[in-house]
Amino acid sequence: MMRLPKFEYRVPREISEAVKMMADAGPDGMFVAGGTDLYPNMKRRQQTPKTVISVTRLQEMRAIRGDAETGIVIGPSISLTDICNHPVINRDYPVVAEAARLISTPLLRNMGTIGGNLLLDTRCNYYDQNYEWRKGINFCMKKDGDICWVAPSSPKCWAVQSADLVPVMVALGARVKLVSTLGERMVTAEGLYNDDGINYLHKRPDELLTEIHLPPRNGMKAVYKKLRRRGAFDFPVLGVAATLDRAEDGTVRDARLILGGVAPAPIRVKEAEGILVGHKLDQERMAAAAEACYLKARPLDNTDFLMNWRKQMARPFVLRALEELR
Amino acid sequence: MATNNGDNEQPLKVVGKPFRKVDARAKCTGQTLFADDITLPRMLFAKLLRSHVPHALIKSIDTSKAIALPGVVAVITGRDLPIPYGILPVSQDEHALCIDKVRFIGDPVAAIAALDEDTAFEAMDLIEVEYEPLESISTIEDALSIEQPRIHDYGSGGNIHKKVSLEFGDMEEGFAEADLIREDVFFYEGNTHLPMEQHAALAHFDADGKLTLWSATQTPHYVHRALAKTLEIPASHIRVIATPNGGGFGGKSDPFNHEIVVAKLAMITGRPVKVTLTREEVFYCHRGRHPVLMWVKTGVKRDGAITAMHFRSLLDGGAYGSYGVASTFYTGALQTVTYNIPRYKFEGVRVFTNKPPCGPKRGHGTPQPRFALEVQIDKIAEELGLDPVEIRRRHLVPPDSVTANYLRVGSNGLGECIDKVVEASDWKNKFQKLPYGRGIGLACGSYLCGAGLPIYWNDMPHSGVQLRLDRQGGVCVMCGSIDIGQGSDSILAYIVAEVLGIDPFDIRVLTADTDLTPVDLGSYSSRVTLMTGNAALQAAERARELLTIAVAEKLDVPIENITFAERRAFDVENPDVGVSFAEAVQLAEAKFGTIGTVGSYTPPRSPGKFKGAGVGPSPAYSYSAAVVEADVDPETGIITVERVWIAHDIGRSINPALVMGQVEGSVYMGLGEALMEEMTYRGNRNVVHKFPSLLEYKSPTTLEMCDVKTFLVEDPDPNGPFGAKEVGQGPLLPIPPAVVNAVYDAVGVRIDEVPASPDKVLKAIREKAQGKEGRYGPKSVPEVEWPAPLKVLTPAEGGDGRELPREAAHMKD
Ligand SMILES: Cc1cc2nc3c(=O)[nH]c(=O)nc-3n(C[C@H](O)[C@H](O)[C@H](O)COP(=O)(O)OP(=O)(O)OC[C@H]3O[C@@H](n4cnc5c(N)ncnc54)[C@H](O)[C@@H]3O)c2cc1C
Ligand code: SF4
Repeated sequence: MMRLPKFEYRVPREISEAVKMMADAGPDGMFVAGGTDLYPNMKRRQQTPKTVISVTRLQEMRAIRGDAETGIVIGPSISLTDICNHPVINRDYPVVAEAARLISTPLLRNMGTIGGNLLLDTRCNYYDQNYEWRKGINFCMKKDGDICWVAPSSPKCWAVQSADLVPVMVALGARVKLVSTLGERMVTAEGLYNDDGINYLHKRPDELLTEIHLPPRNGMKAVYKKLRRRGAFDFPVLGVAATLDRAEDGTVRDARLILGGVAPAPIRVKEAEGILVGHKLDQERMAAAAEACYLKARPLDNTDFLMNWRKQMARPFVLRALEELR
Repeated sequence: MATNNGDNEQPLKVVGKPFRKVDARAKCTGQTLFADDITLPRMLFAKLLRSHVPHALIKSIDTSKAIALPGVVAVITGRDLPIPYGILPVSQDEHALCIDKVRFIGDPVAAIAALDEDTAFEAMDLIEVEYEPLESISTIEDALSIEQPRIHDYGSGGNIHKKVSLEFGDMEEGFAEADLIREDVFFYEGNTHLPMEQHAALAHFDADGKLTLWSATQTPHYVHRALAKTLEIPASHIRVIATPNGGGFGGKSDPFNHEIVVAKLAMITGRPVKVTLTREEVFYCHRGRHPVLMWVKTGVKRDGAITAMHFRSLLDGGAYGSYGVASTFYTGALQTVTYNIPRYKFEGVRVFTNKPPCGPKRGHGTPQPRFALEVQIDKIAEELGLDPVEIRRRHLVPPDSVTANYLRVGSNGLGECIDKVVEASDWKNKFQKLPYGRGIGLACGSYLCGAGLPIYWNDMPHSGVQLRLDRQGGVCVMCGSIDIGQGSDSILAYIVAEVLGIDPFDIRVLTADTDLTPVDLGSYSSRVTLMTGNAALQAAERARELLTIAVAEKLDVPIENITFAERRAFDVENPDVGVSFAEAVQLAEAKFGTIGTVGSYTPPRSPGKFKGAGVGPSPAYSYSAAVVEADVDPETGIITVERVWIAHDIGRSINPALVMGQVEGSVYMGLGEALMEEMTYRGNRNVVHKFPSLLEYKSPTTLEMCDVKTFLVEDPDPNGPFGAKEVGQGPLLPIPPAVVNAVYDAVGVRIDEVPASPDKVLKAIREKAQGKEGRYGPKSVPEVEWPAPLKVLTPAEGGDGRELPREAAHMKD
């Protein structure tokens, strides 16, 4: 891999200053948090910002407020290690800490942030290669080229949504605050992601993610299951986030089933949710929900493992997630 | 000179004790200088421009823009280094930079020396190479069927590099005697070494025009020879210093293009030039495990005794020869040293493909056939209703015997190894008795303790040691061997310390410097402890003899009474009467002059005299047995290895801590090969390596590593120093077959292919549920026109180790 190219590095102390710097930098500017995604991408010349604006010193973005009753607001510059260890998160939203613990390695969790995780670039094993390798295959649509090697007749890029916390946030019904010099807005996590490997976010590049809101917990239970080759390092090649809210008698009031790692955006499987809501959880319903997820999962051949096998894993992984919630 | 240490001698003080390694502190505190850590004034940085097409003619190379870039000092191409080289005399098929043709993605075509690495990088983009693409060959099947274009214009025709066919004994008779004959087909995927340290080299011509090359190499002697050849300068003007290797595993055993390139660039520019390969480039250097397709036909009696075995292997060699001819023979050599095989036939073929070249990786050419053999024995045991332990235990090759293919087996501790792991794993209560999804599997293996023959034909010793003793009591051991992390420097110190009765940390060890140390052939084929150990033992005993004479004279006691221990030389009968070690050296120096001794080692001659008998013989063979317990998730096919029990017949451990380290490291590497590691290439994109990165080349992390219970079996071998045998490679061999045998016990499916990835396991489980065979693996091997075999009568048939004359062979038919 090459070394980092030369770039200007800026460290604002306030959100207003940060968005101003970004407006000044224009399209050549990018925010960076822990840099565990951006810097490797820069070394591979996948991303080539001239100005890099750090968000790690923005005190406003490093706190956690609230609890299960009120819902919580998480600052995006908090490291994943701190998320794993945070008492409120572990008590009130344990699924967030559990999913964070499954991300890469302890060293990368010390550097990587929750905000960076939610905005992680999509991944593809024709794209996450060094410059010479990509030059050797004549590049691809996502960067420097004009064809998709995974689906050569496809007009769109299928690079994969690969952050563990993304399906979890969508399942929990999180919302995020985006700020720019033009103002601020709140977006649902579900609405943040776009099913396109290149333009994978419904967010303008100049918008700064400043807050992550989790709704009050009520009786909801949640779980996250991750498929990967090894117990560390590896990105998810299938992630299943599930939430359930049940009445006293066990009838499912609300359910969410989100698949990560199998498409450019997290996939919400409404068919599966429909199978569960209004019923008690029995083996048959769970199997039917798992089957619905299996049908919705359409991985392509651009990550670790055979795509066919990855698709088949949707069934046991969803089933196991639901069994754990039962 | 006797190597015995029994009878009336002192108990061992150093050998067998878990001393720390002599280089441990430097390594742990980060003080060890690896090749990339070395810098010299005015040093330039080199980069190699590599082909991005797998197979093409080079039409033109235009370097003018690159040379014009400020900061670029020199650019060279293949024309500057026209002489071919290669590790084996029979495969001198590499050029440091390709001249008229590229053979795989990663083959270098030009090299740049610049003031800094970034400039060299930038210059790479400015070199224009025009290629005329040729059809690429990516599989064994393609290589066997596509005659044109040829990747090389030598070999056995078309894209076949080498064919061999050897037959020991009357095969027809052997199969006729059998009660059961099984034929099976297996595939072992290729994988790579993955050393933590990327290859690096630094070249410097001094004021007298003499070259020094520092390089992360396992074979400084062979690099020395390749430099002399390709640079056309006298070998006596070249000094190769092998820097401590941050892992080798066989991947740094060839002379490499980047080593020759920096030497040439240093010659042209008159400045030191360094290159450090990127991780991607390490994948392109490769020389790793050959992908091998295998067909095995074995005849057995009802009690499991083998009557005959016919083994075929087809190796995907990648783009160059490398060690490939030896690798091919190795896929057929060591089948015979574990269980008695009275008649044996081997046919092997290695083909060229447009992929990074394969070569030696830990176990060199033997893990693949061992996998086939150990899985097939499991199947045979099942068919005969025998326990997998019994079928192996009953038919072991006896110690001090000669196999059908003329390998002389000395000590053999395999029986004890099997007993240890069977007992410790509670095999009897587990095999076929664990719940569905959990299983246990057994396999064994054996490996060489050094190749019996050198790589280029010569009569000289394989290893030399020089010892210098000075009047301060200092001892310096000099040897050409190179420590690649396995502890070979320490072994030299331990052995010399043992013989001279001093502390290993009193000794200075100077290794792997072709100017200062006598030749040792290098760190490969598990030869170092046995060969340098014997050479060091001889040198130390010679030194002790000189000291003994001088001390005996001074103390006026009989020579045979003098002994050495605790930094003293003294009278055994009256231990108070003695001198310090330093005084002993002074007495000897006064009597004989400066004290320096030498020792060397040449392996014993092999009983095999036929053509092809050069690969397989060794002074001794190590043995291992392993039991693996694994969980298989029937819904996903994911295998989790819970525990491994492994016993290794080490002869004698010079240092048990180092031996255990090698055993556990081998288990780790074996698990990686069994479960996930593979060198894969993209069919749709030009045979490009699928993902040359540490993240995506999946190798186990510490979290995948299971508990390992290691047993050392010590059955001293007469040919080893203090009885020691090898441990660096052998313990890897039983792991992959033991894993798939455990999978069979767990869920009843046969995975006749590694890596046993979950998709394969799941497919087999699903098929079995549908009433099919429940097996994953190749169905057949492609047709090959095998040459007429070279026939040799076995020792039991009264053979003398020579091939039968052709006519006689025909008359027998
Ligand atoms: C070897 C390795 C293994 C990994 N394994 C995993 C894994 O298993 N699971 C997983 O989910 N991830 C994994 N990662 C990815 C990464 O480490 C994590 O996702 C991490 O959380 C990213 O956070 P960061 O702060 O380092 O992001 P950065 O690299 O700093 O930023 C990521 C992206 O977000 C943008 N950004 C960051 N903060 C803001 C903000 N506040 N507003 C606007 N834009 C912003 C950046 O511009 C960039 O585009 C792995 C990475 C590596 C190198
Ligand atoms: S999915 Fe296609 S376009 Fe997108 S990164 Fe992969 S190869 Fe490129």
